[in-house]
Amino acid sequence: MLTLENVSVNYDAIEALTDISLTVSQGEVVTLIGANGAGKTTTLRTITGLLEPRNGRITYEGKEISGMATHRLVPMGIAMSPEGRGVFANLSVRENLDMGAYIRKDKKGISDDMERAFTLFPRLKEREKQKAGTLSGGEQQMLAMGRAMMSRPRLLLLDEPSLGLAPLLVHTIFEAIDNIRSEGTTILLVEQNANAALHHSDRAYVLETGRIVMEGDSKQLAADPRVKEAYLGE
Amino acid sequence: MDTFVQQLINGLTIGSIYALIALGYTMVYGILRLINFAHGDIYMVGAYAGYLLAIYLGFDANPSIFGFIVVLLGAMLVAALIGMAIERFAYRPVRKFSRMTTLITAIGMSLFIEYLFVFIFSGTPRSFPQLLQNDNYTIFGNATISTSQILIFAVSILLMVALQYIIFRTKIGKAMRAVSFNLNSAKLMGVNTDFVIAFTFALGSALAAAGGVLTAQYNPKIEPLMGIITGLKAFVAAVLGGIGNIPGAVLGGLLIGAAETLVVGYGSYIGIPSTYRDAVAFAILILVLLIRPAGLLGTNVQEKV
Repeated sequence: MLTLENVSVNYDAIEALTDISLTVSQGEVVTLIGANGAGKTTTLRTITGLLEPRNGRITYEGKEISGMATHRLVPMGIAMSPEGRGVFANLSVRENLDMGAYIRKDKKGISDDMERAFTLFPRLKEREKQKAGTLSGGEQQMLAMGRAMMSRPRLLLLDEPSLGLAPLLVHTIFEAIDNIRSEGTTILLVEQNANAALHHSDRAYVLETGRIVMEGDSKQLAADPRVKEAYLGE
Repeated sequence: MDTFVQQLINGLTIGSIYALIALGYTMVYGILRLINFAHGDIYMVGAYAGYLLAIYLGFDANPSIFGFIVVLLGAMLVAALIGMAIERFAYRPVRKFSRMTTLITAIGMSLFIEYLFVFIFSGTPRSFPQLLQNDNYTIFGNATISTSQILIFAVSILLMVALQYIIFRTKIGKAMRAVSFNLNSAKLMGVNTDFVIAFTFALGSALAAAGGVLTAQYNPKIEPLMGIITGLKAFVAAVLGGIGNIPGAVLGGLLIGAAETLVVGYGSYIGIPSTYRDAVAFAILILVLLIRPAGLLGTNVQEKV
């Protein structure tokens, strides 16, 4: 569904990603784990066109999307819950979800999906009319994910959804990821919480200073001594 | 008391014009963090567009409400197109560079428009035709209000209500608010942010042009540099209200207008000669920057980095 072939990205003179190749197939949950600054967010920003690759090709459903304008990817079925959540603090929870459905015109479908988002995250329903800026970090994360789902994406990119959240909320977020996946959405998940990410995904890539150093089945990687030592704190 | 009421009416009249222009400054700032210095000149462009329309469509000969509306809407449309063109060809190419670059581009754009108009129309002032019969109505003791003043109030209020509707009740308005808060997040929602920015310039420019046509009904002398001082005062109004804040721009405009005429009317009692009228706005600017830099209605938002 999504393929990156030998993608390199620079921030000015600094190379942030070197020769990244990865694939995500239909129906999978693929995770990208790695330390701070390894290039995880850069990878997602490059896929969504917020950054332009210096080299390499990105293809989605057979079409090349490298360097394509971000807003054109949404109608193709790609949505992202960005790093730091990126909710519109000056808009209400409902308006944020409306923004998620910006490209759609089917009123009925949108209101159904709004209900679905509220079922996925009942907390959002309680906060429906509140400004998103007044929400807690966990609620903002729920909103960012709910909002991304409002465009009915086929591929959902999640950037550090559990960052800075209390353990109970981390659990809620990963449960939601399982739910979204069971409804048929393909997910590329970027996480620092390698333990949870490996347990809720099919395959994984390990990123270190802009390069992919390991890849494979999530269960196998979780059992790999190097991964255990570096990322699972065992 | 009559004089006070009269000064207040006059002050709110020009204040409404400042408010219309200030809205454009504040909207563009809200969305791009850019002080669009060419915005005052769009007010002048609007006045000239109205002037040419009035002459060529023959509305100068027989005043009618229909003629006024055609000229007003026509000038707004022309200014909206020019505003979008400026954004497209001057600001968009430099948007990815530092904000200082865009700011300098804006100053250059402002000078370019001013002297392009001097070149085309010469610097000699022209007289804007009266599009409506101008009468005076006595409303309070000896205080009067003229048709053109009523027109300024009515049209300004109408336009501000329309703007409020667009921003809070329409899809593009929601997109504008989203873009002003987080450009990249808006892109991720599928918002064509370039379009939203262009639309913001169109809206702001149309409002400034309305200000230009309305002013010309009140004070018919138009010339290519008329946008400089009025534009600066409107900018001060936007800062006073809290730049980026829409109700703030309206409040700031009305306050600056009122302060200005009250100084003209009463300044001599406290040793400020009426010739200082143009200094009032800037004295207010200095005070705002010293005491409350975020403006009256502005909140202390952190700078986007």
